Amino acid sequence: MEIGLTHYLVLGAIVFCLGMLTVLTRRNAISVLMGVELILNSANINYVAFAHYSSGGVDGQIYAIFVIMLAAAEAAVGLAIVLAIFQLFHTIDVGATETLKE
Amino acid sequence: MELGTVVFYAVAALVVVSAAMVAFSRNIIYSAFSLLGTFAGVAGIYVFLGADFVAAVQLLIYVGGILVLILFAVMLTHRITDVKITNRAAGRLPGVLIVGIFLALLIETIVETPWAKAKQIVYTPTSAAIGDLFLRNYLLPFELASIVLLAALIGAVVLARKELKG
Repeated sequence: MEIGLTHYLVLGAIVFCLGMLTVLTRRNAISVLMGVELILNSANINYVAFAHYSSGGVDGQIYAIFVIMLAAAEAAVGLAIVLAIFQLFHTIDVGATETLKE
Repeated sequence: MELGTVVFYAVAALVVVSAAMVAFSRNIIYSAFSLLGTFAGVAGIYVFLGADFVAAVQLLIYVGGILVLILFAVMLTHRITDVKITNRAAGRLPGVLIVGIFLALLIETIVETPWAKAKQIVYTPTSAAIGDLFLRNYLLPFELASIVLLAALIGAVVLARKELKG
């Protein structure tokens, strides 16, 4: 069977589900952020696959670049928040921290 | 089987296995390092799809930037020697069940849907076309992106700095 659009979409779906599982079950805030990165990567696979097989242009690739850019911003701010929470509570368990202030 | 097909399945297996490591590993350091396999594998998938520029951006930003950030955050927040299990998970069985059902539905939809087909599938260098579109059709999002990055930069510095007491 020749590699086609379906293969890439199924790969994206598997990575998305693993990312969602990470976000749902992990108690560590950094692990939750890793799951978000997996989800963003799976969305990017779909964008680039559709750009290649369905539209034939590079617009999908441009959206993928914007998603990568926003993921970088999200990671920087998210990890800064995690560090601030760790300084305050000395834990980053998402179940143990309910407020951002003492 | 063709060589290209074999390489595709190898790269896809690398992506899926290392993503599963992220989801299931008991040690957060292993999770963080297997994220490297996922990001590099996804860059390989982009190469398969003829997206050379996106693959390079993926390597530079994800592997070179975000992964290093995550590793720094892991090292700064965990007394790794303290606990055996650094990466706890809760409610894993119902989680796997729900996500498995969702995955089955997604794959069913993907296989059943008649997707639109491009007139012809081309493998050409994309960076010139992408640069052209960034400065023409997507100029406003492009400029907004720089403001977002500036705001994120300042926000991260403000959030992560040490509070001066007194």
